[in-house]
Amino acid sequence: MTIEELEQLAISVRRDNAKFDYQVNVCMDLACASQGAGAIKEALDQAVAASGKNVLVRRTGCMGPCSHGPLVRVDPEKTLYRKLKSEHAEKIVGALGSKPVSELQCDLSEHFEGQVRVVLENAGYIDPSKIEDYIGRDGYKALLSMLTEMTPNGVIHRITESGLRGRGGGGYPTGLKWGTVAKAAGDTKFVVCNGDEGDPGAFMDRSVMEGDPHRVIEGMAIAGYAIGASKGYIYVRAEYPLAVSRLTAALRDARRVGLLGMNICNTTFNFDVEIRLGAGAFVCGEETALLASIEGRRGNPRTRPPYPASSGLWGKPTLINNVETYANIAPIIRNGGKWFHNMGSERSKGTKVFALTGKIANTGLVEVPMGISLKDIIEKIGGGVPGGHKLKAVQTGGPSGGCIPANMLDVGVSYDALLKMGSIMGSGGMIVMDDTSCMVNVARFFMEFCMTESCGKCVPCRAGTAQMHTLLTRIAEGHGSMEDLELLEDLCATVKEASLCGLGQTAPNPVLSTLKYFRAEYEEHIVHKRCPAGICKVSHVEEVTA
Amino acid sequence: MASFIPPALPSDDKRWKIVHATMRKNGFARHALIETLHTVQSSFGYLDEDAIRFVARSLRVPLSQAYGVVTFYHYFNLKPPGRHTVTVCAGTTCFIKGADKLIATAQKRLGIETGHTTPDGEVSLMVARCVGACSRAPVTLMDGEVQGEMTSEQMLAQLERWTVE
Ligand SMILES: Cc1cc2nc3c(=O)[nH]c(=O)nc-3n(C[C@H](O)[C@H](O)[C@H](O)COP(=O)(O)O)c2cc1C
Ligand code: FES
Repeated sequence: MTIEELEQLAISVRRDNAKFDYQVNVCMDLACASQGAGAIKEALDQAVAASGKNVLVRRTGCMGPCSHGPLVRVDPEKTLYRKLKSEHAEKIVGALGSKPVSELQCDLSEHFEGQVRVVLENAGYIDPSKIEDYIGRDGYKALLSMLTEMTPNGVIHRITESGLRGRGGGGYPTGLKWGTVAKAAGDTKFVVCNGDEGDPGAFMDRSVMEGDPHRVIEGMAIAGYAIGASKGYIYVRAEYPLAVSRLTAALRDARRVGLLGMNICNTTFNFDVEIRLGAGAFVCGEETALLASIEGRRGNPRTRPPYPASSGLWGKPTLINNVETYANIAPIIRNGGKWFHNMGSERSKGTKVFALTGKIANTGLVEVPMGISLKDIIEKIGGGVPGGHKLKAVQTGGPSGGCIPANMLDVGVSYDALLKMGSIMGSGGMIVMDDTSCMVNVARFFMEFCMTESCGKCVPCRAGTAQMHTLLTRIAEGHGSMEDLELLEDLCATVKEASLCGLGQTAPNPVLSTLKYFRAEYEEHIVHKRCPAGICKVSHVEEVTA
Repeated sequence: MASFIPPALPSDDKRWKIVHATMRKNGFARHALIETLHTVQSSFGYLDEDAIRFVARSLRVPLSQAYGVVTFYHYFNLKPPGRHTVTVCAGTTCFIKGADKLIATAQKRLGIETGHTTPDGEVSLMVARCVGACSRAPVTLMDGEVQGEMTSEQMLAQLERWTVE
């Protein structure tokens, strides 16, 4: 396909869409789908057919505020309906052209106002199974215009200029990484997309892969051109079967219209992508373990250097980026590096998607400019803690991150600020906890996770996490001593220093951050044999040790 | 390469043809090991010794490596699942929203630990590490179907329906 053909197609898609008086978009992402969005779509289809009105009913990816689902948005008015059931379909269709059905309507303007959508720009607007829908919203324009107008170096320059940093957790500058792989010696290179999304409680990458699969593929193809690779792999966790089938279909469609394959856009550029399935091992999100897994082996990480950039898949130079990192690429190429650079904070540019969950009114996906305060995310966008409870902490970064206490939420979200507070940006899980959560128990939960997920290759991580878990259990159950706290801190330092890969190196973070900000809670368990949140089953020993 | 003839299918069970197709699609390459094991598990529900042997021989992977891979990844089951499976998500959000209570309830009702199947082979109780529906935590999968905002009562009612069937 040439750029002219692509533009023609985009125009005709937009023209076809404009023929409809109304577009009824039905969110069919996991949260809404699990509450009958499929049946709602069918009912809407029938109601439209019966009404004789000129309406397009479209299924879309995640619209964001999942706790209000099933959601339907009617365009062009942008009327949002919440908590729908199939029996509401007739009413909604009947109301098209007159006043919206007010009792089903919801006003989430405050929720949406603080958000800026780059990665999620298509979420809620396209049918993920239709490549035409993606093309209609400027999809693949970046890829084809780049192929005709830009050199690989020019692409890398633009990504560097944007200031984009890896969204998989570490925040490594993306342009720098691309440049390194591009310069690495060797004819065969690979592009790998990390879709393992191991952080339990995060689902941004799932939603992007399911809701806008072509965006990821386009980002990977651009990367392939920039670094000189003709083959890519997407590694998707097995728990996401829908992401796998959406990506499979998207790859097939992209090949069919010549956006993947040989001589793309009549140039010498060849590129194709294969999907590889994970098999339920958290450590496989770590890049060297992930590569081992793609090669069909156990997901054991190895020491770096050599970094994958010089020796990755089958020993070849390999670029690994996260799903959301790739999802940012096409807009940067389209709009320029400066455009991206102008969003965000000093050293963290652009936007970040967070999966906002836990004890918060508006759970779901949000995309915010970097630098926005955590407080604004929680209170304005998230709608605060429901049920009269008090906000206690926000967890970011999953098992590698930490708990940020309620009194520190004025800080703006950036890689550096979160690190300074003892947490990390992570991939985007943001779990809100209220006064009903016990921080000792939370620390124990994460340690249990790391203990189970440790691959066992290095001793500090394998044995250290198990020992820390024992100590945390002892404390939670009321058998701990103050010396145990010291021992725990000691172990944290050792495991952090001496572990082979990021899993062990970051496993102490949840403990360290809760010890730092919620030490009193640990002491309550130890000294007074009491769990302030009333979660832990603390055994009351009569002869309390002084 | 050309001289390698993969071993015959273990039986004329049609599902082996699906497994064979996965391997053929990947040119019987060793790196297709995990891919192939996935196909075996999705076709048969679990991986038994015969299946692991067959896949290892077909891909010319040492048996130790094949077994090592099967046991490394949590997703692979070495035992057949029950007629029904209830999976409770124990990811962070579900944990914060009380997944441990759901697990305890299920354990008590079924009389088994997690990762096991009732002696009559009816129900397996599994835990998952986040299924990506965190916004509706706590989440269970009832025979693979995502159900959010789960309560102990709802879960017990579903288990009850399975026993009546
Ligand atoms: C234990 C561990 C788990 C990880 N899990 C993920 C993951 O699920 N998804 C991801 O993109 N990166 C994960 N990473 C980070 C990757 O190793 C790697 O840095 C990342 O994929 C690079 O992409 P980026 O530069 O675009 O962020 C993990 C790292 C560690 C140490
Ligand atoms: S934590 Fe349970 S679905 Fe994500």
